[in-house]
Amino acid sequence: MRVLMNISAGSAIARHSPSAILLLWALAAVGAPFLPLTPNLIDLPQILAPPSAACWLGSDDLGRSIADRLLFSARTAFIIGIGVVAISASIGAVLGGIGGYLGGWWDLILVRIIDIFLAFPGLLLAIALAGLLGPGIGNLIIALTTVGWVGYARLARAQILSLRHRDHIFAARALGVSHWRIIRRHLLPLALAPLIVEATFGISGAVLAEASLSFLGLGVQPPTASWGNMIRDGVAYLLVAPHLVIAPGVTLFLVVLAVNLAGDQLRDRLDIRSHDRIN
Amino acid sequence: MTTPLLAIENLFAVQNLSIHFERHAQPPIAVVSGVDLHLQRGETLALLGESGCGKSLTALALMRLLPPAARISGGRVQLEATNLLALPEAQMRQVRGGRLAMIFQEPQTSLNPVLTIGAQIAEAVRLHAKPADRQPARVTRRVLQLLDSVGISAPARRMRDYPHQLSGGMKQRVMIAMALAGDPQVLIADEPTTALDVTIQAQVLQLIKDLQRDTGLAVLLITHDLGVVAETADRLAVMYAGQLVEVADCAQFFAAPAHPYSRKLLASVPTAAQRHGKLAAIPGRVPPLDQVSGGCRFAERCFAVQPRCQSTVPNWQQVQNAQQVRCHLWQNGAVDWTRWDTAPPASVVTTPPVAEITPPAHLLEVIDLKVHFPIQRGLFKRTVGAVRAVDGVNLTLAAGETLALVGESGCGKTTVGKAILQLERPTGGQVRYAGVELTQLRGEALRQQRRALQIVFQDPFAAMNPRLLVEDIVGEGLQALGIEPQRARRRQRVTELLDLVGIDATALQRYPHEFSGGQRQRICIARALAVMPQVLICDEPTSALDVSVQAQILNLLKELQQQLGISYLFITHNLAVVSYLAQRVAVMYLGRIVELGMAAEVLTAPRHPYTQALLSAVPVIDPSARRQPVRLSGDLPSPITPPSGCHFHPRCPLARPQCAQMEPPVVAVSATQQVRCFAVQWSNHCVKPANDAK
Repeated sequence: MRVLMNISAGSAIARHSPSAILLLWALAAVGAPFLPLTPNLIDLPQILAPPSAACWLGSDDLGRSIADRLLFSARTAFIIGIGVVAISASIGAVLGGIGGYLGGWWDLILVRIIDIFLAFPGLLLAIALAGLLGPGIGNLIIALTTVGWVGYARLARAQILSLRHRDHIFAARALGVSHWRIIRRHLLPLALAPLIVEATFGISGAVLAEASLSFLGLGVQPPTASWGNMIRDGVAYLLVAPHLVIAPGVTLFLVVLAVNLAGDQLRDRLDIRSHDRIN
Repeated sequence: MTTPLLAIENLFAVQNLSIHFERHAQPPIAVVSGVDLHLQRGETLALLGESGCGKSLTALALMRLLPPAARISGGRVQLEATNLLALPEAQMRQVRGGRLAMIFQEPQTSLNPVLTIGAQIAEAVRLHAKPADRQPARVTRRVLQLLDSVGISAPARRMRDYPHQLSGGMKQRVMIAMALAGDPQVLIADEPTTALDVTIQAQVLQLIKDLQRDTGLAVLLITHDLGVVAETADRLAVMYAGQLVEVADCAQFFAAPAHPYSRKLLASVPTAAQRHGKLAAIPGRVPPLDQVSGGCRFAERCFAVQPRCQSTVPNWQQVQNAQQVRCHLWQNGAVDWTRWDTAPPASVVTTPPVAEITPPAHLLEVIDLKVHFPIQRGLFKRTVGAVRAVDGVNLTLAAGETLALVGESGCGKTTVGKAILQLERPTGGQVRYAGVELTQLRGEALRQQRRALQIVFQDPFAAMNPRLLVEDIVGEGLQALGIEPQRARRRQRVTELLDLVGIDATALQRYPHEFSGGQRQRICIARALAVMPQVLICDEPTSALDVSVQAQILNLLKELQQQLGISYLFITHNLAVVSYLAQRVAVMYLGRIVELGMAAEVLTAPRHPYTQALLSAVPVIDPSARRQPVRLSGDLPSPITPPSGCHFHPRCPLARPQCAQMEPPVVAVSATQQVRCFAVQWSNHCVKPANDAK
C-alpha cells in the first residue's frame, strides 16, 4: 500500500515537474528586472569564486554572480524562444493555411519555397543570416524565424489539406458560409492542436538554437547574459572552475527537457482520440 | 444455460461463450453473454446483428484474436474433438488459418500493400503445408491453383500484382484464396461483402457458395444485411446487445420471425410495397452494455413488452423444430402477432401518396453536366489526363419530387451532387435552378442561391465540426446567410428545427460526439433544413446506419417532404431504399446516366442491361425466391480511360461490335422512361416492359 502511494506520489511529481520548471522559467524571465540582481556588476576579488553562502552559484571570470546571470539569461532565452516560435508559427500557419486552402498556383509556389528552405541545413542558414545581420537579440529572432516558419507552414498545409475535403467543410460551403469564416471556425480550430504541440517543441528548439549561436558568438552579445555565452565564457576555465559551465548547462538541459515533456503532455491532452473514445 | 441445439455430430460448436471488456478502475463490462452456435459440414450459419451487438467480437473470440482489453470469461469452442479455448497458443496458431480460417470486411486493409499477392498467399500455403510440400515449385503450383479456384483469371500474371493493382472484389477473392490455403473446415466470414458493390457482392457470395459445394466447407457468415442472409444462409442466429435472441432455419425465420426484435428488423427493411406507409422503425437505441440489468435486453424498445420482461431474463423457448427464441411471449405456446400489428405502423398511418406523375415545371435542370478532375504530374503540374467522374449527365427535378440517382461506387453519383451545389465546379454543362444558371455564378450571387439547395452527407460523424455545439452547427446557415442574425431568435429557430427532426432541445448545448449515428444524421438534416431549401441532395444518408435506424431516417425524410414540399435528389446504391422512397430513378454507370424513368418502370421493367444486372444482383429477402443473378464479369473500368462507345460494352452480355464504336443515343421507351442503349432497338431484345403490355 505504501509502495503504491509512493508510486502515485512519484508519478504526480513527474507529471507536474515540467510545468513547475516552466513556471519558474517564466517567472524568472518576467521578474528578473524587478529583482535586486546585479548580473553585470564586476567584482574582481570574486573572480572564479566557487559557490558560497553569499553567492550560491559562485562567480564567473569577471566576478559577476552566476545566479544573477542565469536568471537574466532565462529572460533572454524566454524572449527569443517565445518570440521566434510565435512569429514563425504565425507566419507558417497563415502561409501554409492559405496554400492548403486555395491550392493551385499559390500552393505550388509555397511548396517549392518550403522545399528550397528545407534543402538548407537549418542552423547553418541561421548562422549565415546572423553573421550577415550582425549579432543582437532582434537579429537573432529574425534569423531563427527565417529558418523556423517552414516547418509550421508544411504542417499547417498538410492539416488544412486533409480537413478541406471533410464533409463538414462542404456542408458549411453549401450553407453559404464565407471563406474567412470557414477558415476561422472550421479549419483553424481543428488544425490548431498539432500546430500548438509543434510550437511547444519549437520553443525548445529555439532556445537551443539561441544557445548554440550565442556559444559561437553570433547571438546575444556581452554583457547581456545568455546561457550560450555563459557556457562560451566558462569553457576556458573548465578545469579550474567547472561551475561556470555546469550551472548554465544544467539549466539549459532542464528547461529544454521540461519544454519537451510539457509538449508530450499537451499532445496527449489535445488528442481527442485518447479520450471520449467510448460513446 | 443449456440448449438442446447441440448435437454430437457438429463440426464446430460454441457453447455458452461469454466475453467481457476489462476497464480501467471500473468493473468489467460483459459484451457477449452465453452465445451458443453450432455448424455442420457444408452448412452456412449467419450471425445477424446490428453494429455494436457483439457479432464481430464473437468471431474474433472463436479465432482467439480478441483485442487485449477483451477476455473470454467462459464457454467452450469445439472444433470436432478439439477444445480451442484450451489449446496452447502454439497449437492454436496451427488451427488458425489451418482448420479455421477467417476473412474480414475490408480486403483493403487486410492485405499487405508492399508484398505481391502471390507472396502473401504463398506464405499462408507454406505455413500450413506438410514439409514435403514446401518446395518453391509446389508452393507456386498451389498458389496458382488457389487463385484459379477463387475465379481470378490469368493467375500466373496476377500473382505478381500488388494489392493496389486489384479492385475491391478481386482483393476479397485473394483474401478468400489465402483463407483456403490451409484447407479449412470452417470459414468465418466477417461482413465479407459489406465494402463491395452489389454486382461484386453477388460474385463473391456465389464464389463462397461454390467453394462450399466443392469442399464441404462450413461457413459462419457474420452480417447485418438481411438480404445476404436470405440469399446464402441455411440457418441464422440473431444477436442483440451481446446475446442471441433467436436461432432458426432461414426459411422459417423469413416466413415467421419469432422474436419481436427480429420481426421489427424484418419490417424495417424498405420495400416497394411500403411506399405509401411508414417503415417499422424500432424506437430508442440499443442499451449500453454496462447498463443491462436483469430482464430482457430488448424490453425497453419492444412493442409487446410485459411486466415480467423487465424483471426476469427470458429462457430459450421452442417455436418450431429448428426455431428457438429467447422471449417470454412464447412461454405459453404460439403468439398471435395481430394483437400488435393492427395498432402502430404500416398501412394505417397511410399518407396520401405524392403525385406520381411528374409535374411539368422543372425546379432543377441539369444539362450535359461534366466534371473532369485533371491528373497532374511533374514539377510544373502538367495536366496529363483527366478522371471523367461525370461525363454528360442530364437530369430534371420537379418540385416536391424524389429522384433517386443510383449507381455503384466510383460511378460519379456523389460528384453529380456536389457539382449541382457548385461545391465541385463543373467542367462543362449547365445547372439551372428555377431558371438561374448556377455554374456561372460567383461570390455573393452564388451565396444568395445557396439557400435553395442543400445537402445531407453519408457519414454523419464526419459531416459535423466536432468542436462546435449543436446549436452553432444547426444555426450556421441562419447566421451565414443573415436569415436570423440575432442570437436569441436563432436559438428559437434552431430549437424548432431540432423538434422537427425529433431531437430534444437539450441537445443545443451538446457536442456531436454525444449523439448516436441516427441522431447525428437528424441533426445534419436539421442543419440543411435551417435555410429552408427547395431541393435537398441526400448523398447516401442512410448507408452508414443500421437498418432499424435507417428506417427512422427514411420515415423522417418522407414526413418532411410531405410537410415542407421539398424535392429530394437521393443519391444511393441501395435499391431497396429507392423503391421505398423515390418516384423517379436515374441509373448511373461510369459518369453517364444509362437509364431514367419512373421508379415502377425502372425497378420492375429495366431496359438497360446494366440496370437489369444491378437489380438482379440485389439480395432479396425471400429465401424462396433465390434467383440466378445476371452475372457481370469484371469490374467497373477506370474513369480515366473509359471504354470507347458505350461505357458498359466490355461487361455487357448483349454487346455487339457497334457498341464499342459509338455512344448509344438516348431512346425513349415510354413517355417517362429513357434508355441509353442500342439493344432496345434490336428486335430480339428480350425484356418486355410490363407497363407497355397493360
